[in-house]
Amino acid sequence: MNDSVYTQLLDLACGAFLLAAVVVLWLRQLSSIIRVFALQGAVLAALAALLGVREGRWDLLAVAVGIGLLRAGALPHIVRRALAAGTPPPARHYEEDNSEAREARPLVNVAASLIGAALLTLLAYAVARPLVELDPTPATRALPVGLAVVLIGFFTLVTRRRALAQVVGFLLLDNGITATAFLAASGVPLIVELGVSFDVLLAVLVLQILTTRMRAAFGGTGIDDLRELRD
Amino acid sequence: MTHATTALLLTAPVAVPLAASAAHAAGGLRELRPHRRAAHALPRHSAGPVHRPPSPRAPAEPAQVTGPATGGPATGSAAAGPATGSGGPGVGPGGPATLTGGPRTEPPGPPPLGPDDPAAAPPPATGPHAPARTTGAWLGLVSPATILFCGAALATTVPQRGPVTAYGRLLRADALTVWLLLAVGAVAALACAANPAHLAHERADAGTARRYNLLIHAFLAAMSAAVLAANLGVLWIAIEATTIVTAFLVGHRRTRASVEAAWKYVVICSAGIGLAFLGTVLLYYAARQAGIPEASALDWATLATHADHFDPAVTRLAMSLIVLGFGTKAGLAPLHAWLPDAHSQAPAPVSALMSGVLLSVAFAGLLRYKTVADAALGAGFTRTLLAGAALLTLALAALLLLVQRDYKRMLAYSSMEHMSLIALGTAIGTPLAVSAALLHIAGHGLVKTVAFCASGHILRIRRTARIGRVRGLLAEAPALGVGFGLAVVALLGLPPFSLFASELGLARAGFAAHHSGVAAVALLFVLVSFAALVSRTARMVLGPPPEPEAVADGPVRLGVVAAAPLVTGLVAAAALGVTTGPLTRLLSAAGEIVGRH
Repeated sequence: MNDSVYTQLLDLACGAFLLAAVVVLWLRQLSSIIRVFALQGAVLAALAALLGVREGRWDLLAVAVGIGLLRAGALPHIVRRALAAGTPPPARHYEEDNSEAREARPLVNVAASLIGAALLTLLAYAVARPLVELDPTPATRALPVGLAVVLIGFFTLVTRRRALAQVVGFLLLDNGITATAFLAASGVPLIVELGVSFDVLLAVLVLQILTTRMRAAFGGTGIDDLRELRD
Repeated sequence: MTHATTALLLTAPVAVPLAASAAHAAGGLRELRPHRRAAHALPRHSAGPVHRPPSPRAPAEPAQVTGPATGGPATGSAAAGPATGSGGPGVGPGGPATLTGGPRTEPPGPPPLGPDDPAAAPPPATGPHAPARTTGAWLGLVSPATILFCGAALATTVPQRGPVTAYGRLLRADALTVWLLLAVGAVAALACAANPAHLAHERADAGTARRYNLLIHAFLAAMSAAVLAANLGVLWIAIEATTIVTAFLVGHRRTRASVEAAWKYVVICSAGIGLAFLGTVLLYYAARQAGIPEASALDWATLATHADHFDPAVTRLAMSLIVLGFGTKAGLAPLHAWLPDAHSQAPAPVSALMSGVLLSVAFAGLLRYKTVADAALGAGFTRTLLAGAALLTLALAALLLLVQRDYKRMLAYSSMEHMSLIALGTAIGTPLAVSAALLHIAGHGLVKTVAFCASGHILRIRRTARIGRVRGLLAEAPALGVGFGLAVVALLGLPPFSLFASELGLARAGFAAHHSGVAAVALLFVLVSFAALVSRTARMVLGPPPEPEAVADGPVRLGVVAAAPLVTGLVAAAALGVTTGPLTRLLSAAGEIVGRH
């Protein structure tokens, strides 16, 4: 693979990765959000595989397969199952869909969210300048994309009012961190990568169970209902 | 010390609690089998794997094993009435099969405490589990005892001969590790000793008790791993594992409030600690660019010695994220919102563990990063970050203590206050200040454990967490009133308890290092917290009881085993305040690791 093809593929993957995060902010239907998140996981796996091929490191290809299985397979599956557990049968047409499966009233509306995403991306580029300057290669030049996805994930976490949308926000954050690790240093050591993946999987399982409990206790998964504990 | 001994001492604090946790899980499987044969249709999930607690919608499992209080955990279960659910099924390595003595007679204990005890003992147990069950409580103390023993054994050699490692560079113990290991072990011993009584009073069924014990031991294993990890990535994994394991302990009671607390806890802590991982990744990037090979680019000792070649701009960015992330888990502002909710909703022994040592273990992680960042950037950068976060936390905690109406939340905010004092000590950064901060960690852990365990008993007697509804504790339950009162006195930083010595040390170090401004502001906020704690606690402890008829038939007795952890904790904190004795050398060695002149 020559340099220009590698750079183009790398930029394509990073572009798709960032775009997926923005689309998550744009969508309201949770099932579509999960689908986009799974696509982002696949792109992340492709990114890892690309770096592995470029550096001739076959262990990275194995890591890429693992990442694909986890982030495009297992995690979206768990979130989808949590969603299906609480979704009532489809309502009739022409009725406002206020069901569990929809992010009806985010704290910041969709248009403002998209502007927010643009600003966060700019911020990521500003913050990441010393990171790029340290070792300017095609991969590190794409580093700001990883940081931007981290920031967008955090933004999703803070502004969305459905429990599962918050879970997706947390997972975006985590995807962003993994992408940063790959772009900066071709990933962290294998033992750390394994441990982190395991932790993330368990955290999402815990959150899935808590969603079920939340539904049992509060009759829904709206974060705004959580107001038992105040000072 | 031979290589094998070292490896054993470094492995046991993680392996033994993990084994205990696995034993509780296996106990579930083993109990299930006879029931299946007897065609009792149990929910499938009760045999589920360790990390998959059952769905809350499922019906509560039938209490499979109930037995009259037998000897075993002794007077504690006697004081607590029938030992339903005390300490989970005894399934140590020996297994229940070895413990098949007939049902023992109930020792004549003090009268049952509180009006909520079941009047009649549950039907005698059938099968081999009942006698084994009571030993479960003792087995619960095996993990803390192992941690303490390994800490003590390491404390005899590490300060003189320097750090030891095992398994290549995976586990490592220096003076700081040993000090924290001792703190974790001591607090865990107190909390685990309080567990059986807590479960008995909650009347937890066998499944609930088993899950609770399983998670507690896994929690201890994760904390030991975090303390012993030589690799910063492994340290991060262990800290995140504590969040996952404690999530269901916080949500143990399954009320609306505890579900809410657990949700906030997992979301805020996971996201916050995620930022710390991003910081770790950036530090790894800086290390790789400085020419450190992949295998050792997250090894703390390597990083600390080579950090002067790191790119300052990247290290600064990394350190900001790390302070924010580990600060979340250590209860420092701005991402502290989970703390009062989680600490007030968790069962008392869990609150004690979380407040007493989990915060400190997370903070010790931050200390490791601080040494790396200081070598790369000089002490100023981290000092500013830490001092800023600490003062903000201190101000928030003091103000919220002033308006607090819930005594468990009051204790939680007091934890934030003490964590910010520890952070300030680290920010000052001289060896004296760091030693004082480490002494503060140990003293706070012991005393806060006593306070939370006592608050659990208050909650049980009075059935309310409102400060306003608790009056005249001293008249109603003298032992409990004294215990809680003394714990708060210790938290206030009064002598003879060790928090007095450490706060004095912190103040002296602050003024000696010419940070008088910061020290003065901190003292002001500490005074505000002092006033708030004094006025609230005095109202709870002193005065006449609200219902005179409640104490007509004599004051409520606490029972020996329920009182033992409280007394032990207070005595240990007082002893530590009078002299650090044989630990002095360890403490100063630990201070030298982090501190810079």
